[in-house]
Amino acid sequence: MADIRPAASIEAVESGLAAQGYIASRQIATAVYLAQQIEKPILVEGPAGVGKTELAKAIAAWRGLKMIRLQCYEGLDEAKALYEWKYAKQLLYTQILKDKLGEVLGGAETLDAALAQLHDFGDVFFSKEFVEPRPLLQALEQPMGCVLLIDEIDKSDAEFESLLLEILSDFQVTIPELGTISAVAAPTVILTSNSERDLGDALKRRCLHLHIGFPEQKLEERIVESRVPGISQTLRKQMVSFIHDVRTLDLKKQPSVSETIDWARVLVLLQATELGHEMVKDTLNVLLKYETDIEATLPQITTFVAKASRQNVFG
Amino acid sequence: MRENLHRFFRAARGAGVRLSPAESIDAMRAVAKVGFAERGILRDTLLLTLAKTQDEKKALGECFDLFFDLPEPSQSASGSSSDDESDAGQPHAPESAEGEGQPTEGLGPLAQMLLAQDRNEIAAAMARAAGAASLSDIRYFTQRGIFSGRVLDQMGIQRLRDDLDALAASNPAVAERLAAALEGLRDAVRDTVSQALLLYGREETESLRNEILRNAPLSRIEPRQVEQMRRLIRQIARRLRERYSKPRKRQRRGHLDVRRTIRRNAAWGGVPFLTAWKRRRRDRPKIVALCDVSGSVARVSDFFLLLIHSLHEVVSDVRSFAFSGHLMEVSSILESNTPEEAMAEIMSKVGFGSSDYGGSLADFEKQWMSSITPQTTVIVLGDARSNNLDPRADILRRIAERSKRLVWLNPEGRMAWGFGDSEMPRYQTFCTVVRQCSTAQQLERAVSDIVATYQ
Repeated sequence: MADIRPAASIEAVESGLAAQGYIASRQIATAVYLAQQIEKPILVEGPAGVGKTELAKAIAAWRGLKMIRLQCYEGLDEAKALYEWKYAKQLLYTQILKDKLGEVLGGAETLDAALAQLHDFGDVFFSKEFVEPRPLLQALEQPMGCVLLIDEIDKSDAEFESLLLEILSDFQVTIPELGTISAVAAPTVILTSNSERDLGDALKRRCLHLHIGFPEQKLEERIVESRVPGISQTLRKQMVSFIHDVRTLDLKKQPSVSETIDWARVLVLLQATELGHEMVKDTLNVLLKYETDIEATLPQITTFVAKASRQNVFG
Repeated sequence: MRENLHRFFRAARGAGVRLSPAESIDAMRAVAKVGFAERGILRDTLLLTLAKTQDEKKALGECFDLFFDLPEPSQSASGSSSDDESDAGQPHAPESAEGEGQPTEGLGPLAQMLLAQDRNEIAAAMARAAGAASLSDIRYFTQRGIFSGRVLDQMGIQRLRDDLDALAASNPAVAERLAAALEGLRDAVRDTVSQALLLYGREETESLRNEILRNAPLSRIEPRQVEQMRRLIRQIARRLRERYSKPRKRQRRGHLDVRRTIRRNAAWGGVPFLTAWKRRRRDRPKIVALCDVSGSVARVSDFFLLLIHSLHEVVSDVRSFAFSGHLMEVSSILESNTPEEAMAEIMSKVGFGSSDYGGSLADFEKQWMSSITPQTTVIVLGDARSNNLDPRADILRRIAERSKRLVWLNPEGRMAWGFGDSEMPRYQTFCTVVRQCSTAQQLERAVSDIVATYQ
């Protein structure tokens, strides 16, 4: 009996995400389900534009949680990702409290005595009020839990990865002056990577590793259906088949799901009902982002369009 | 089932997926959540928790399919053989049916099982026997015979043989059926053992083969080994990348970067809350490689070029030149083609002539001398056998003066240097390092040392 429930809940994940307009494959749904169950982050890899970031948004929307996003880039450090002391505020407070300080220290005769009294008040300036929480710390402080999206982790430096390890495995951070801060509710963590560089083994070990590739034809049709509701069934089938053919070519940047959706919108705007040679030629720049790719595809258009419309007759 | 998972982890390690105990614990926890009911979900779960790269996912997926298919091939093998047998035995069946009741009485369990043709029973017995014979310890293909024997022993083949002997006298028809069934069983066991070898023995076999390959002279490996060698070279490249592509910046403690400190603290009126320290940047290696592609050196050059050009992350700039009679730049050919195509193209343009070191060095000086900077390591790969032509060692001297280091890699053994038409002693005087380089292992050490000088 225990065996039946999980499958049902994986389906629940699938339908939950679908309600937010994210059509997930079985593997993605399993990953999301497991991430919840064993409280592990998901490391999502795959080509650009297959919906890695979108997945995090969909999860947040589905579970009604706040999404906190940390965009990684080279040179990102602790002060920008984790926390920072509000130096200006500390400085300002010392200025304002100057008189008060005089009173506190008033009784002290010697410098030593003054220092001893000051020690009792010293920690005031390194308390929570003076900490500026950055995305990672914010995520831990959400009372309801949240979805923490660490986007394009491969763009950050190797040192930053090590900084993440504590958060990823135990959902806690250590601030020297304050001690260890644990998460109020464990956040759902999604890391995305475009495989620009190899991530460290320590980081990978802490995550579920999910690879999202280009979807299968049926799945992609469903994605288009959910994202661009106005499109006719004939056109949808044809354009997805066309894109799958384009992906078989040796291109610099293959069209991914986001391009498919864009193209579908464009075709709907142009009020197309069927894929035509001229129309494809005119709108190819939506699909392909490099001049050389467009040139490589142009001679193939006629064959692909013919194939796409033929496919519609049979399938 | 827990036992099965453990065996699967071992099989996965055999397939080259690195699994730490922590990962297996995670996988266990995950599997406990999803259960074993649905195969697809179980597969996805294991793939999610265990594999960490796309390659590993593929290897693990194949391993999964192989592992959880294990009982089926053996079943079908025994099934098909017993089908054949039953087809052939069909006409005899009615007449022997009456007499069958008695002879099976005195037979051993294995014989009864085989005669009853209960496939599930046979498969289960085989799985039990495989467990008892610790089939998962199989490592090398030479052990196949031993393990097949052990499994059959465990299943009770001895008793079966006795039964067979007894039956041959008393009931030849049943004996014939039994003998045929035994043949089928042998096949099935052999299949099971082969599969186990595929699952558990891959790692050992591979590492043994790689070990042999690493120490084999590159110039004399057989054509069928070339593909394996390429794979090995790629592995070496990955290892070097992992070792040397780590942070390029190192903090120099104690040297304050005044300019950056002031700028960073501008918001607090120049009160230095945050300090910035000077960093020292490490250079990435710049390499100019001159490779002899004539005759026996060609293959070593091939692998050397493959290795150097797969070090993108570690080496910032590589320019490769190939020569035999004359010299040309081959960097772009190597970058834009697959290794096989590139080598074929290079060979068709330069290759297999009689080598002329002097002429090639002169070609290099004329056109590309300016590519050498004081940060460049120049690597020459060749046997320095110049067919008694002018060696032009003076050009090599000028190259050595312009560059950071001049490394000469010679596939020949030290003993051969200087004999016959070898100009090695004369070139040697201008080189920073000279080393023999004829096996993959020596190649790895040589390249590793070159990269390490930049760290």
